[in-house]
Amino acid sequence: MTNKIINSGSELPSCGGVGGGSSFSPPVEGAGEAAISVQHISKSYKEVQAVRDISLEVQKGELFGLIGPDGAGKTTLMRILMTLLIPDEGHATMGGFDVVKGYKKIRKIVGYMPGRFSLYQDLTVEENLNFFATVFQTTVAENYDLIHDIYVQIEPFKNRLAGKLSGGMKQKLALSCALIHKPEILVLDEPTTGVDAVSRKEFWEMLKKLQAKGITILVSTPYMDEATLCNRVALMQKGKVLNIDTPRKLVENYTRKLYAIKSKDMHRLILDLRSYEKTDSAYAFGEYLHVTGKNDEVEASEFENFLLKKNHTELQVFDNEPGIEDVFMELMNE
Amino acid sequence: MKEKVIEVRNLVKKFGSFVANDHLNFDVYQGEIFGFLGANGAGKTTAMKILCGLSAPTSGEVKVGGFDIYTETEKVKRNIGYMSQKFSLYEDMTIAENIRFFSGIYGISPKERKAKQEILLKNLDIESSKDSLIRSLPLGWKQKLAFSVAIFHDPKIVFLDEPTGGVDPITRRKFWDLIYETADRGITVFVTTHYMDEAEYCNRVSIMNDGRIEALDTPENLKKQYGAKNMDEVFLKIAR
Repeated sequence: MTNKIINSGSELPSCGGVGGGSSFSPPVEGAGEAAISVQHISKSYKEVQAVRDISLEVQKGELFGLIGPDGAGKTTLMRILMTLLIPDEGHATMGGFDVVKGYKKIRKIVGYMPGRFSLYQDLTVEENLNFFATVFQTTVAENYDLIHDIYVQIEPFKNRLAGKLSGGMKQKLALSCALIHKPEILVLDEPTTGVDAVSRKEFWEMLKKLQAKGITILVSTPYMDEATLCNRVALMQKGKVLNIDTPRKLVENYTRKLYAIKSKDMHRLILDLRSYEKTDSAYAFGEYLHVTGKNDEVEASEFENFLLKKNHTELQVFDNEPGIEDVFMELMNE
Repeated sequence: MKEKVIEVRNLVKKFGSFVANDHLNFDVYQGEIFGFLGANGAGKTTAMKILCGLSAPTSGEVKVGGFDIYTETEKVKRNIGYMSQKFSLYEDMTIAENIRFFSGIYGISPKERKAKQEILLKNLDIESSKDSLIRSLPLGWKQKLAFSVAIFHDPKIVFLDEPTGGVDPITRRKFWDLIYETADRGITVFVTTHYMDEAEYCNRVSIMNDGRIEALDTPENLKKQYGAKNMDEVFLKIAR
């Protein structure tokens, strides 16, 4: 199997601000062939059921996100797909090859960036890259165009030991090493965890460029706002998939009546709202609280009157558009 | 005016020729929730280590809890609590054993410990689990417990280093409820985070870049100052 460039839409979708979450990546058009197929996969470690009957498909050229907190099963699923773990139940394929029987073939066509930095700390930047190129029977020169944009940023430090790099540089080296054999499928396990908002944004811009080069990307993240940067996402929690869809559809399908509420004393506001018998949920969302009423039958004016009686000042109550995090929290409560 | 619990004047920390902290100046007040933000490598961790008495500044004056960071390091440590996502509790010890261990370190008498432990377990609604190993607890519990243990000795200040990393959105928000309660009790909360929505929950926020504090104000004033609609935009404008 060769690395054919698959159309992923010629235009790069503009990157919605990480944290802003106002723009969405469109679904990949013209794709229909599965690069990754997961059918009823389960995996347990002793008494812990890490992955419970997960099924999903990632199309060729797609940027697909596994979104969920620690313990959602993201890493276990990825390790099964990377042929590093054998599932207890179910089947999965990568690039058409079975993850159990075809593991040797899969390893040639996938690039993997694990959650923990796993390069050789006592080799230099350049040595690491050469090592990975050699293992995959290629050279750095042969696929240099693929990593150029990323590697050029760490090239000034090519003689530095990998262990002495800053976090951001380690991440760029790890990504370069995962790409050096020009994989068809790139799997990234929480590449942006613990990374600041600016570097996260830059990292997603790199992923978009790689996607434009035809690489199928499976990426996991605990940051809900990053979901909007994927074509499609699986929202995961405790080993299960809560829902799979485009970020836009997930938000559109949120049916609750959601209010944004703000007052001068935000802590008292949240306590008062939670004590109100007509409140269903009240959670902090940045500057505002996101609030739902019982059975979605509570009007904005009812919240307002209640809070005015509680002597809240500078009060604002208005209808609000949900984000992925609202959707996730609602699914968690179901 | 409330009591200053952290006073930093011209704090400089160098590693060889590299200036990690370049003349930092700021105060933090009693009962305040103070957000300490910055890009990776901006110098946050270096500054936090100094404030916790784990590293000496190259120059400058620093007082924490009213104590001098150079000469009264042990008193500083008695008056602060610390929790991070990475290090919190001993996984192979039970809840009760962890509490006993930390109480021992901070010189809390067994009698006082028992009384406080009862309240802690009741507040967190985990009385029946006190003999469970930390390892067996859900992440959300661990974080709440780690936080409660970090303030078990009633410190003046608690330092939280990315306390909410990796938890689900509901647990993350419940954790902030604990932060508010703690600040209401008069304990200062000094917190770092990569979630920009959490920056909005702080009374004041400082943003570091290249070893310097580039901005320090309430979230509302910062948004006005930078013409930004949220703290994410403020951060991007400063740190990029």
